[in-house]
Amino acid sequence: MTDVLEQLPKDPILERRELVKAVSARTLRRRSLTSKGMVGLCALAFVLALVPLVAILYSLVSKGLHWWSREFFTTSPAVPSIGNPNNVGGFANAIVGTLVIIGLATLLAIPVGLLAGLLVAESDSRFARMLRSTAEIMTGLPSILLGIFAYTVLVIGGEKWGITFPTIGYSGIAGAFAIGVLMVPIIMKASEASLRSVPQVVKEAGLALGARRSVVARRIIVPTALPGLITSVLLAVSRGVGETAPLIWVVGASIYNPLTWNPHHPMSAIPMMIWLNYNSPYPGFQDSAWGIALFLVVVVLFLNLGCRLLAAFIQRERR
Amino acid sequence: MAQVTQAPSELAPSPDLARKPRFRARSDSPYWVLLYAVGAIFGLLIVGFLLSVISESWPAWQKYGLSILYGTTWNQSTGQFGAVPLIIGTIETTAIALFLAVPIGIGTALAIVHVLPARLRTVTSSVVELLAAVPSVVYGLWGFLVLGPWFATTVEPKIQSFWHGNFPFQGQVETSSLLLAGCVLFVMILPLVVALSRDAIMTVPDETIEGALSVGATRWQVFRKVVLPSARVGIVGAVTLATARALGETVAVAMVIGLNPNIAHSLYAPSATIASIIATEFQDSTPNEVAALCALAVILMPMTLVVNLLGRWLINRGAVKATP
Repeated sequence: MTDVLEQLPKDPILERRELVKAVSARTLRRRSLTSKGMVGLCALAFVLALVPLVAILYSLVSKGLHWWSREFFTTSPAVPSIGNPNNVGGFANAIVGTLVIIGLATLLAIPVGLLAGLLVAESDSRFARMLRSTAEIMTGLPSILLGIFAYTVLVIGGEKWGITFPTIGYSGIAGAFAIGVLMVPIIMKASEASLRSVPQVVKEAGLALGARRSVVARRIIVPTALPGLITSVLLAVSRGVGETAPLIWVVGASIYNPLTWNPHHPMSAIPMMIWLNYNSPYPGFQDSAWGIALFLVVVVLFLNLGCRLLAAFIQRERR
Repeated sequence: MAQVTQAPSELAPSPDLARKPRFRARSDSPYWVLLYAVGAIFGLLIVGFLLSVISESWPAWQKYGLSILYGTTWNQSTGQFGAVPLIIGTIETTAIALFLAVPIGIGTALAIVHVLPARLRTVTSSVVELLAAVPSVVYGLWGFLVLGPWFATTVEPKIQSFWHGNFPFQGQVETSSLLLAGCVLFVMILPLVVALSRDAIMTVPDETIEGALSVGATRWQVFRKVVLPSARVGIVGAVTLATARALGETVAVAMVIGLNPNIAHSLYAPSATIASIIATEFQDSTPNEVAALCALAVILMPMTLVVNLLGRWLINRGAVKATP
């Protein structure tokens, strides 16, 4: 009996398993040491990645918070003197400027962005596909190029390609245009994702009841996707609030831009204020940039966090 | 599917409805006209954008010709507009940022997905998004007022004495330098690298990883032989998109690089990038100089465009590969 078993050819799989076992047992110590080391390096990379975040937040709070006072938010920049070098006033003109510029930009970007988002979500035509990839590319382009665009068509204006553009000069309108064009593809991309997540069956149920496409869009798609749409707009606003580069060419770069609600005038904006203050010869202005930067970061994070919470809230209310 | 959804508007009304026309089958066309009109507005904006930048730069190309592309001196006051130092500065800062961001970013992504406990994963994800949301001017301010002085007084002299002042760490230590700009850029693109490569790493199926573990691979072997190769396309895409972001970053770089449009021979020398020069030399410049700056924009645009398209393509390909 045993003779027969021994005469059988050896199982190649079993043999290989034995080999693997032997080799892996021999190298286990080295391999597990390497593994521990490399996994430790990954964890170290994670810690290293957190260091700048902590450092920036610490600098912002420790150097910025003491600037926050009533006057800081309600007065325009003052003129420091040798006797009073820290007399820098506030940045109320920048707060008003940002409100006006972002407000106008959002007014431009919401209809264009949401409807174009609906188009690329609903249609698969060649035009829609082209728009979708254009929007993707636009979100990656350097934003200063949009400043050049607004500078050309609104600040200089005049006759171009057979169209007469208005010559507004350095103004809040030009800034709002640049930021608005920046926000459109962001809204488009984000809203497309949420509009597409509406199940096809629900849309077809609406169509089967005899509703037109427009009714299905208004009564079914948009209400279902509403949290996502609000998120996409807030996301674009939070992006727009922090943009400096497109404004440099178009809003008039001066710390002392007047406090005005009229967008035809040169305007200040919160990120522009930081950009101008860091460059100022007065140390007081340089230091007060921390106070403004802290405010800007708080606003941006609030918008970012707010849109998530709002979307979650709407989602929960609906159930 | 498309035909089913088109049908209702084409149905003939039933006899009942025809007698008493409470319901009239109206066409969808106003809806599509509205959507396509808005789409056309967006398209026109983009076309106008391209046309305006190119047409604004036209006088410069006419006056200086292609010498803008290969000239090695950029000096606004003498009217010499050669972009080579700026192009090199752009590539150098991006390279420094990538040199730091690729290992640390991918390591962080691996740590988030496979090393840290799952409970921490959502927290770290929101922290990464928080970092990505901080406006670039704030990074610039921090780089200029905190990181720059610290580099100049502590870090850079130490590296220099360790390296015996040899290339690439030779020369005088200054508060603004190529190295500082690269490091600020690194901090800025890190969230992008982490978030996108985390997404790519998460698409690697658990079964594959468990298969590798079951034949006795250690954790690092799983990372190196299974996870990273499977997520390779997505990770390369993430790095490519981060490159595009770094090439076009304007404000933060302008605040820390020193804006010296000469070819830097040391990491400690101040330099300049295309975008930072566009942003800072605009003030009190003549129409001629504005045209030269727009010519710079025309050079920068295809650079970021190509890198961006490549990154998108890779990311999409990685996502397609992951869901067969």
